[in-house]
Amino acid sequence: MDLFEYQARDMFEKHGVPVLAGKTATTPAEAKAAAEEIGAKSGGVTVVKAQVKTGGRGKAGGVKVAKSADEAEQLAGEILGMDIKGHTVGTVMIAQGAKIAEEYYFSILLDRANRSYLAMSSKEGGMDIEQLAVERPEALAKIEIDPNVGIDDAKATEIATASGFDEETGAKVIPVLQKLWEVYRDEDATLVEVNPLVKTEDGEIIALDGKVTLDENADFRHEDHEALEDKSATDPLEAKAKEKGLNYVKLDGQVGIIGNGAGLVMSTLDVVAYAGEQYGVKPANFLDIGGGANAQVMADGLDVILNDEQVKSVFVNVFGGITACDEVANGIKGALEILGDEATKPLVVRLDGNNVEEGRRILDELDHPLVTQVDTMDGAAAKAAELAANK
Amino acid sequence: MSIFLNADSKIIVQGMTGGMGSKHTALMLDAGSNIVGGVNARKAGTTAEIGGKELPVFGSVKEAMEATGANVSVAFVPPAFAKDAAIEAIDAEIPLLVVITEGIPVKDTAEFYNYSKGKKTRIIGPNCPGIITPEESLAGITPHTIAGKGPIGLVSKSGTLTYQMMYELRDFGFTTAIGIGGDPVIGTTHIDALEAFEADPDTKAIVMIGEIGGDAEERAAAYIKEHVTKPVVGYVAGFTAPEGKTMGHAGAIVSGSSGTAAAKKEALEAAGVKVGKTPSETAELMREIMKGLEQA
Repeated sequence: MDLFEYQARDMFEKHGVPVLAGKTATTPAEAKAAAEEIGAKSGGVTVVKAQVKTGGRGKAGGVKVAKSADEAEQLAGEILGMDIKGHTVGTVMIAQGAKIAEEYYFSILLDRANRSYLAMSSKEGGMDIEQLAVERPEALAKIEIDPNVGIDDAKATEIATASGFDEETGAKVIPVLQKLWEVYRDEDATLVEVNPLVKTEDGEIIALDGKVTLDENADFRHEDHEALEDKSATDPLEAKAKEKGLNYVKLDGQVGIIGNGAGLVMSTLDVVAYAGEQYGVKPANFLDIGGGANAQVMADGLDVILNDEQVKSVFVNVFGGITACDEVANGIKGALEILGDEATKPLVVRLDGNNVEEGRRILDELDHPLVTQVDTMDGAAAKAAELAANK
Repeated sequence: MSIFLNADSKIIVQGMTGGMGSKHTALMLDAGSNIVGGVNARKAGTTAEIGGKELPVFGSVKEAMEATGANVSVAFVPPAFAKDAAIEAIDAEIPLLVVITEGIPVKDTAEFYNYSKGKKTRIIGPNCPGIITPEESLAGITPHTIAGKGPIGLVSKSGTLTYQMMYELRDFGFTTAIGIGGDPVIGTTHIDALEAFEADPDTKAIVMIGEIGGDAEERAAAYIKEHVTKPVVGYVAGFTAPEGKTMGHAGAIVSGSSGTAAAKKEALEAAGVKVGKTPSETAELMREIMKGLEQA
């Protein structure tokens, strides 16, 4: 889960990372009130910053300096509702103004390839770091972090030296790097990025912007993380699926997909996309019902998919591994009974694997007008795409 | 021959008395695995009857190894306890640890994986179906009825695609099939499995299944080009996955322009690996290779 800048700022503050005062606003009037309060600390100057989970806000006009509370109100009026790379700005943060002397870059992230963590640091912050990495790789220090050691004094010194900080600046940066490591470790983050990390004219080191990604697998030990979720941005069908404990991702297409196992479902989407090319038909969702595939799970899954108005046909693709195909067939049968008249769209079912003959027999016997059985995955995908196109 | 697991493997189960643990212990016994006991500190000294067999429960992996000579552990413990279970197995120096558990925080896996470096334990998983050497032993949850012994080696990030591919190629059979797991950090990698299959005289050809996220497939492609002489057929899932969305597996995510299926397919093909568009097309490519090998 990616956090908004203001959430990252609050998290930094909680862990003792130096940040500037900041307050969120969702209306121009709120922005004015916030600017009056925050601006008092910086001679009336504040920065109005769009809160969107994407980069390039500044270029898009989503970050503006206000010299007065009235100007902050006016700028908030312009920025709220703005579209930045497909994200509508619903919240701005009014941040204290700062006199910046230098801009740096610092991040800690999960390094999948090395199965450890990586710290990246540069004296040349502020700009697009991917661009810096390509154009001037020597200006970006990359230091491996042992997950069991973290950024201790020695590692922090190594990072500061590799980044080319002079001794005086390094001595000020080092404790901030260690605080940012605490954020990474203690919050179960997979990314903590500060761009820019600034030195003010007074020589203070401050995290002026923050990007944090949290590991949802660790939610069980962070009760406070649930409140960070942006429920307004969640697709209503995804929210419904989540409530029912289903692993569902909404896509933009016409063929609803239900399958068992993440890999097989991803593969099913691809096969449907190939089959649908000729009709201009695409997969409508990812839905992995896991190993169980009993009637209730199948009914819950179908319920979510049939509520997607774009969906014209549904492809149920199950390989019976531990779960036998007769159980899956009975699951489909039970789901259709549970849904009754609410099941209105054609279902293409492909069963294979454990006890497949019995599973197919159950569905043949059911002889439901909405259900078509096809023996192969490729054939079933073609049938589902064709049905979606002819609707 | 086979890799990492054979008929002589003596298996213990961490979390054997739990729901998942007992169910799959019974299925592993069905598959012919030599299960010699389980580990549960609170039930040490008792026995558990699973699949008609009376299995001893030990207080620790170390005790279980001393009493039974076990050399493989399969862990079914819940995510919150998985790291401790793994560290315990690593400290006991068990040669192979298979972590089935899904949903382990990546920090915990990064910590226990790095802890295992330079020590004696090979880790498979987490979030994986484990490993099967058909007709000899199963350490995991792969259904043993899908396919028998044969000349193909299989390594995959995905459980169900492993099953699907074993099913499609069941007339040939497999030396060993390993599901390495769909998490961002895993123990045994595609490359580790490729290296072992290359060295295994009974493995004549290899199927490698990948999916979106990370660059393990790209690195495997580079490895194949340099080190693998046996024919390799590949499949990659997730061409239609949108950027920034996790597709079921914690590690299955396209971030920006990295981790795409297209890039992985391209890297594999550049290394001379034939990549199928669908699982059945991939099986067909392997079928042709096997026919060619039989004629040779």
